[in-house]
Amino acid sequence: MLDAIKRHYGPVIALDGAHLRVAAGEVHAVLGENGAGKSTLMKVAYGLEQPDAGTLHVDGVPVTFRTPRAAMERGIGMVQQHFALVDAMTVAENVALGGRGPLNLRATAALIRSISADAGLPIDPSAVVRDLPVGAQQRVEIIKALARDAHTLILDEPTAVLAPQESAELLAWTRRFAEGGGTVVLIAHKLREVLRVADRVTVLRRGRTVLTAAASDMTEATLADAMLGSVDAPQRNGDAGTTAMAQFAATDVIILDDVTVRDDGGVQRLRGANVVVRAGEIVGVAAVEGSGQRELLRVMAGRLDPTTGRATVPESVGFVPEDRHRDALVLDATLTENVALRHAATRRGLVSWAALDRETTALMARRDVRARDASVPIRTLSGGNQQKLVLGRELAGSPQALVVENPTRGLDIRATSEVHAALRGARAAGTAVVVYSSDLDEILHLADRVLVVAAGAVRGVEKDREQVGRAMLTAGP
Amino acid sequence: MTAAPLADFLEASVRNATPLLLAALGETVAERSGVINVGLEGAIISGCLAGLATASALGPEAGLAAAGLAGVAIAIIFAIVAVGLAADQIITGTAITMLGLGLTGTLYRVLYGDTGAALSAPTLSALAIPGLERIPVIGRALFRQPLPTYLAALLVPTVWWWMYRTRSGLSLRATGENPAAATASGVSSRRVQALAVLFGGLCGGLAGGTLVLAQVGTFAEGMSAGRGFVAIAIVALGRWNPVGAALASLLFGMASALQFLFQALSLDIPYQIFLALPYILTLLALALASGRYAAPAALGMRPQSAA
Amino acid sequence: MPRAARAITEPLLAGLLSLGMLAVLLAVSGYPVGESLTALWRGAFGSWSVLASGTLVRATPLLFAGLAVSVAFRAGILNIGAEGQLLMGAAAATAVAVSLPPSAGFAGLTLALVAGTLAGGAWASVAGMLRQRFGVLEVISTIMLNVVALHVTGLLVRGPLQEPTRTFPQSALVDQALRLPRLLPGTRLHAGVALAVLSAIGLAWFLRSTAAGFRLRMTGSNPRAAASAGGIDVARVSLLAFVASGALAGLGGAVEVTGVTFALYENLSPGYGYTAIAVALLARLNPVSAIGSAVVFGALEAGASAMQRDAQVPAGMVGVVEAGVILVLVASEWVGRKVGESGSLNRGGTPRADEPAPPITPPSPPPTTSLHATTP
Repeated sequence: MLDAIKRHYGPVIALDGAHLRVAAGEVHAVLGENGAGKSTLMKVAYGLEQPDAGTLHVDGVPVTFRTPRAAMERGIGMVQQHFALVDAMTVAENVALGGRGPLNLRATAALIRSISADAGLPIDPSAVVRDLPVGAQQRVEIIKALARDAHTLILDEPTAVLAPQESAELLAWTRRFAEGGGTVVLIAHKLREVLRVADRVTVLRRGRTVLTAAASDMTEATLADAMLGSVDAPQRNGDAGTTAMAQFAATDVIILDDVTVRDDGGVQRLRGANVVVRAGEIVGVAAVEGSGQRELLRVMAGRLDPTTGRATVPESVGFVPEDRHRDALVLDATLTENVALRHAATRRGLVSWAALDRETTALMARRDVRARDASVPIRTLSGGNQQKLVLGRELAGSPQALVVENPTRGLDIRATSEVHAALRGARAAGTAVVVYSSDLDEILHLADRVLVVAAGAVRGVEKDREQVGRAMLTAGP
Repeated sequence: MTAAPLADFLEASVRNATPLLLAALGETVAERSGVINVGLEGAIISGCLAGLATASALGPEAGLAAAGLAGVAIAIIFAIVAVGLAADQIITGTAITMLGLGLTGTLYRVLYGDTGAALSAPTLSALAIPGLERIPVIGRALFRQPLPTYLAALLVPTVWWWMYRTRSGLSLRATGENPAAATASGVSSRRVQALAVLFGGLCGGLAGGTLVLAQVGTFAEGMSAGRGFVAIAIVALGRWNPVGAALASLLFGMASALQFLFQALSLDIPYQIFLALPYILTLLALALASGRYAAPAALGMRPQSAA
Repeated sequence: MPRAARAITEPLLAGLLSLGMLAVLLAVSGYPVGESLTALWRGAFGSWSVLASGTLVRATPLLFAGLAVSVAFRAGILNIGAEGQLLMGAAAATAVAVSLPPSAGFAGLTLALVAGTLAGGAWASVAGMLRQRFGVLEVISTIMLNVVALHVTGLLVRGPLQEPTRTFPQSALVDQALRLPRLLPGTRLHAGVALAVLSAIGLAWFLRSTAAGFRLRMTGSNPRAAASAGGIDVARVSLLAFVASGALAGLGGAVEVTGVTFALYENLSPGYGYTAIAVALLARLNPVSAIGSAVVFGALEAGASAMQRDAQVPAGMVGVVEAGVILVLVASEWVGRKVGESGSLNRGGTPRADEPAPPITPPSPPPTTSLHATTP
């Protein structure tokens, strides 16, 4: 289907002769480390990107897709990781968008209802997308593709934003779709899911296809080996279960007392949260996106004042927000300037750049931030190095608390394990650490105990995959 | 006795509102696609000169058409730089305005000599709608106006219907909210934006033509006098909706017409106050409207480059 | 290339680009290209006296306004209102200067300059507050305020500030004792040039070396990170940047009145505030480079007057060239994404650290592959 595809972005080669063959009526999983080229390959298949070399065949016929419309006309649909929906519009308007013929929203709504009933994907055509939970938005994307008679659906990491039970439902749906004659290309990162649902698997590494095999012939271990190649799988620190708490006499560092947060529109995002985080522990926060975890973290980091209730937060809190390009870094500024940002509000008079350069250089050495020197724009660094600099900056001066949000999103395995080591290091130094991750496995891996936020309510849940997963879906007793 | 000044006032209000409404309708469409065109002023002034030059040779109707085309021509430059090359929209628009003002000033002198002698063009006469024009007070204001006023009045429901009831209108609105989503849904968002900008240029040019051919009857350097910017403010005040734009335009038409009313009432107020009034009102109205919540989400945004 | 060299070569290149564009325009409109460009050159650089009286005198308000635009753009503020701020500065300086006795001397001059600076800052702060309190786009508000400033000036020179005979629409002359001293005898070159260059150097130092300048740059480059990671009060910083920008333009207006025109009149500025955008962009918003680019545009404008006089070429053609230069500069990413980095105009007031974002934000990086829990 896709052959010898090459795609580069300037000097960066995203795809280097990758190929992928998908048979009709199968669920075909595409695996690979971050940056292996999975998403780029799929964007080529959907006409969002043009290959620099290579060919694309559909049903044996060579094709070129200059636009997504061309791909849709050949029956290919795609649900991207970041949904391509217009928030301010209704479900029906979104489904009608890009179609042909006169606009008839009533007919579109009827079509949505019938597809939704047939496929078992419940959705209200008149709902405004912005008001829908993430899982429902994903259903809109799928229905949008089905409404264009897509027989091949590309799903880019569809379970990344879903709670375990929702994921299971979605994966079950892909099986039904394939059994009905449809084809699903599933980009995935959870090996367990892949083995459960896929007929065949293709693994990409550094822009090349390294393996295509029947899923039944593979195990998690063989898949992981194929993805990582010669690089060893990351070492797991054996002490994941132990806490440094004992040494720190269980000091309460962050205390939330009946904290409620309403947003600008008056919607309650967080209700009656009672949370205590102590020195020397890592508290994991699990939640489906949009459940109020965002507000919880910002209250704990002292970045957001509760609407009602009391939040006791220490003077020095480090905060690593999930969107570092938007909230943590000034991309056009140098490394030194980004480090200087930490105390920008309180600094007076002249800035001693020489001292800050030295501080930054030392920080780079300590946190293994790889860059030519402290004077290059931070835009030129890889995501992993940027994140290490942010973490290093926020941990400088040993803050009493550290709040991190999706700290390893977009990082490769090595950078991920370095970030994890830094978080454990902070715990060992007596910092109260709060970690939110949309990846439940990461939380279970790092945390000493787990808080679940569901529909704005916060409660402690036993550190158990099954129980946490269930708690994420229900607002609790 | 008070009816005559009031009727004059309303007629002047509608007359002043017409070019603003034309320009604002075009800009509404452009902004709904996510492009703010501060170069609208340049399109208007280009329309003024093209309207004058063509009308003196071929008559006022041809002049109006040429004015529209001149607006499109200058909008093409904006579209190439701001949409095609994804340059900053505000700076590009500012340059386009400078370009329009400089080019028309130069061309006017090149065409009509150094003196820049006031050249008068044949104008579009008022078309009266028999019967309706006799309605007291509002009759003349609504039913004895030159062609562009009726054109603008027809455009309001047409643009509204197109924006909210057709598939291409849906594509326009989606592009302004989330160009990436529109692209992924099969809409060519760059093309939508380019066409929206050209429509904006057409309307801006027509506004300029109206100014020359239905109001002033001649050209003067810089005669657009900031109407392009007022139109942009009207778009925000009208909440990015054609009907809103019509109401806001009328409001500004009234503000500009106040001087006639006050003259008629023989109030002694310096005329600079009347000249500045529409702009001050614009600022006040924008502050009160706080229109930001209704703005297209991607307005003024530059496309993300790959990787 | 070292930065100092770049600061000289780049404006020169832009100067050549402008000349090329002008040549094409002249040819297309049927003017003798060689003759016209010769007139332009003579008018700009033909002798020490035209260089001083023409080019440098023209460059001075351009530099002040260019610095005003630079500092605003660096703070993420699209201030198109230097024109109005300059006019209000000129008006305030005139009001002070003509009401003081000649004996006020240098102190009176200083007072006039300060008044102009304050008036420019105050005029810009209107746009600043409109943006902060009501989310009014500064692009629109500053342009509106330009027109209002023009009419206010018109009102002043026909009313409270009109010259004693009440015949002409202009103010009384500023007394000799309150004017900026001449730098070169026999030319119109005044001390305002030095003041402008000092302002450029001072602004560069401020942005580079002070904590406040650092906050301004970070706020302009990424207001969300400045607030969230730096704890910076971005609303306050933006408002101060508005004021600083207006103050520089206002000082430019005050210098123009006390150094060149000696009176206030309606058409005091032939669009300095708009040309200033080209000056600032050409200098990549760098205050020191702005000195060079102000000279380039000053020469262009001084030369244009000579061209109009000697070759009957409309001076408006230079406006076309300036617009062309801006278009080429923005299209070629000359200033990169520094300008308008804050992206959407829809930002309304100022971003806050605690702003709840929708659950899915398009430009954020994808989740990582997570193997740790599944690797045996």
